[in-house]
Amino acid sequence: MEQGRATMLAPACSRLLAKFRLKPARNLECRSWASAAQAGLAHSKTWPRYKDVYKGRIMLQRLTRRVSGTTVSMWLIGLVILAVVAYGTYKTLALGKYSLANWTDLIIYGVAQGSVYALIALGYTLVYGILRMINFAHSEVFMSGPFIGYFVATSLDQAGFLDRQPVIGLAIVLLVAMLTSLTIAVLLERIAYRPLRRAPRLVPLITAIGASFFLQYTFRGLFGSGIKGYPEIEQLKGTWPLAGGVNILKTQVVVIVAAVIMLAGLYYFVQRTKTGKAMQAVSEDKDIAALMGIDVDHIIVVTFAVGGALAGAAGVLYVLLFRQVHFFMGFIPGIKAFTAAVLGGIGNVVGAMLGGLVLGIAESLFPNLVLDGLGIPAPYQLKDALAFILLVLILIFRPTGILGERLAAKKA
Amino acid sequence: MQAIKVKSRFNWLLPVKAGLLAGVIALLLALVGIVEIANQRPVIPGVLSVGQTLLLLPFLWAGYRAVRQAGSGEEAPPRFWLFVNGALAGLLTGALLTALLLVGKWINLRTVFINASPELYNLLTMGAGPAGVGILVPMIAGLVLGVVVAAISLLPERMRGSVVLGLSLIPVLAILSSALFAGRGLSIGSAIAVFVAATGGSYLWSIMQARVKERINNHPAGQRAAQWSRWALPVLIIALLPLLGKYPSEVMDMVGLYALMGLGLNIVVGFAGLLDLGYVAFFAIGAYVMGVLTSPEIGWTGIHLGFWGALPFAVITATLAGIILGIPVLGMRGDYLAIVTLGFGEIIRLVVLSDWLKPYIGGSNGITRIPKAVIGPLEFGTPQTLYYLIVAGCLIVAFASVRLKPSRLGRAWMALREDEDVAQAMGINLVRTKLLAFATGATFAGLSGAIFASKLTSIYPHSFNFMVSINVLCLIIVGGMGSIPGAIVGSLALVGLPELLREFTEYRLWVYGAALVFMMLNRPEGLVPEARRRLELHESEVESLDESGEKHVTVPG
Repeated sequence: MEQGRATMLAPACSRLLAKFRLKPARNLECRSWASAAQAGLAHSKTWPRYKDVYKGRIMLQRLTRRVSGTTVSMWLIGLVILAVVAYGTYKTLALGKYSLANWTDLIIYGVAQGSVYALIALGYTLVYGILRMINFAHSEVFMSGPFIGYFVATSLDQAGFLDRQPVIGLAIVLLVAMLTSLTIAVLLERIAYRPLRRAPRLVPLITAIGASFFLQYTFRGLFGSGIKGYPEIEQLKGTWPLAGGVNILKTQVVVIVAAVIMLAGLYYFVQRTKTGKAMQAVSEDKDIAALMGIDVDHIIVVTFAVGGALAGAAGVLYVLLFRQVHFFMGFIPGIKAFTAAVLGGIGNVVGAMLGGLVLGIAESLFPNLVLDGLGIPAPYQLKDALAFILLVLILIFRPTGILGERLAAKKA
Repeated sequence: MQAIKVKSRFNWLLPVKAGLLAGVIALLLALVGIVEIANQRPVIPGVLSVGQTLLLLPFLWAGYRAVRQAGSGEEAPPRFWLFVNGALAGLLTGALLTALLLVGKWINLRTVFINASPELYNLLTMGAGPAGVGILVPMIAGLVLGVVVAAISLLPERMRGSVVLGLSLIPVLAILSSALFAGRGLSIGSAIAVFVAATGGSYLWSIMQARVKERINNHPAGQRAAQWSRWALPVLIIALLPLLGKYPSEVMDMVGLYALMGLGLNIVVGFAGLLDLGYVAFFAIGAYVMGVLTSPEIGWTGIHLGFWGALPFAVITATLAGIILGIPVLGMRGDYLAIVTLGFGEIIRLVVLSDWLKPYIGGSNGITRIPKAVIGPLEFGTPQTLYYLIVAGCLIVAFASVRLKPSRLGRAWMALREDEDVAQAMGINLVRTKLLAFATGATFAGLSGAIFASKLTSIYPHSFNFMVSINVLCLIIVGGMGSIPGAIVGSLALVGLPELLREFTEYRLWVYGAALVFMMLNRPEGLVPEARRRLELHESEVESLDESGEKHVTVPG
């Protein structure tokens, strides 16, 4: 009972404290100031002088309170990193090792990669927005789609259908992949997450990690541990010329166009349709959404389904770029997509899209742009490490992401 | 009353659901390939293999579920229906396997499912082959098993427990004997002997238990003996384990190293509630500092210490790394913390692996020629001697954990785990408390890493991947988060068992994943739960008991 009252009062108290920028233990001066004012001292002649003194002290106190040792050291670390990045960039550009065409290539590659990340990141962000949990197994949802799609694609290829009707063939593979991922995502929700909705926070996260491994090794056990090469589509080989002597790979164009269409579709779905609006409402407040007549369980299933389908589609696009599937292929893109989601502000749909693009470009540019200039041998080896470093830095310096709300501080 | 009667009537849905679910599990077990691999290891040669035993489990589970649910109504259904329930569930489980056989007969499933081989079909039909009547073997087996389960469920409670124990002891003993002593399982005679002895023994014990205990307690000498045996028995077992030979000691070494790490992570995750997925980083740091300082291959430091000289540096570096990596994540909670620590672990591995630091720490070639630990004439070279070094480390760390847990710091950690805001309001210094948790955890991992390096005498970046973090996390979760004996039990179960059953290496993480999900869904407090945590996770149940006033639960500890 006592605890109940405390929790009821706590928000009010903290709001009050936040409003006056006070901390319970350190506001002695302020309190004496307040009580002095109450006692009528404010009208006495001595008060203004005291007030100024107190004001000064309080301001100093506020300053020291905000700028603690850790904050200073963090900002120092940040500055050092910025300086290193700037120096590396300057050196690379000064050396002039890469031509403009090289940079354009890298950027286009980054955009293609980034749009795939964006599609996966949407799955993380949608689920996080509603359940406030990281669906750690989302990377396996992503992997499962193209993995099953592989069997369809090879049989279509053997029948010669994929080369005769590349559009229809690709659509079939895409559909199969999306359906597979959707099924896995929904099953995951039903079996692993739904019973734990009211459990302590760590519990569903651990379940998600377990489910992720279970799925990975189920696929490995069922279909083998080898790398499976996707069939190549004849019409998508080669490049198209772009203005300025730059050539763009046909697959990259397909990936970017398909991703943009899907992203636009999702944006429309979330913003305009009734289900999308219900999803927003549920992510705002589950209990009140339920009171408004929204079937919360149903919306959660829909969210997992949409996220899963997008992940499956992302998987096919990823496979178009890299042309192989493997049971472990979800891990790295999954982590990166999560980075993208956090980068854009987790829980924010547009943020996930933006974050994906930014991450994709950063990842393809950075090793050459920064690390090369610093004289690090074989910079591409550190590509994945860079994504992780970026993630850590965002979470430290701007946990709300580019477009995020105040989610991180409160709910994370 | 009428409604209840209708409800307790035979319900077709229960056995159908149970049977189909178990059938899907059985199919998965078969197609994933674990059954086939386990088939190489016999329980009773010529009669039963571990693979078949594994395949029996879903059948038994289906029967158990169907029978139990049928029997749990207001009014117990007539016995006949229990048998029907069990048989139906078993039959359906078998039907799915039969369906697989049928499909496999006409279509070559192997192009998709690599394990759908003739050997598997042979196994599923118990050697009869998928042609002709053999195809019905799974269904018949299911039918029989369902009936058997129903029959067992009708036994009186004491006897039922004994029978189940006796039956499950047969495969366990067979696996242990074949894994440890390269035996070929049990013969039929010895299997029957084991069953009779275990069943009879446990039945007798369940009857006599009270009287024997009373007698011992009444007799002063008996009391003393009981007290002594409580301590002396485990100590003796631990001390004498290396006598089993080289291979079991090797296994126990790995168990000990993981238990060391588990005890460390237990402080971070179990006590303080900070989910650290990059724990391997500290293990790697301990190992690498040991390697860099001792290996004659690494010349740039100009220092070549022995094991004992380098050990403090390794441990202290790990501690410092714990603090340094802890500072940036001070403000993060839950999921974010998990991902960032995962990121740290990966960053460290990728950096170690890269060519950039190759001149200093060996890159992908690793560091070799790390010396063994030596005290006077005693070299910790063989697994048997190393075992004692590891046990000593475990004892120190376990002692530290036991003492830390009820200390002021330990209680602060637990307060942090419960609610960070409230803990802060109660005057707990969050920064200090969190950093101490990270630092302590890292210290233990560093120690483990240092011993690991000297055990293998060579280290490679590949030994320090994300899976190590996951292994450690799994073992403390399965053992029981926050529970010190839990970390050791978890390590025995999750590191010791897979080391014994080497052929399952591929399926290790598959089983881990399933175990994590299963534990979280059914027993989130772990095998050897911490008292407080169990209460916490079953809070609602305790509360409801409290309100009804029937049972008052006091919080132990």
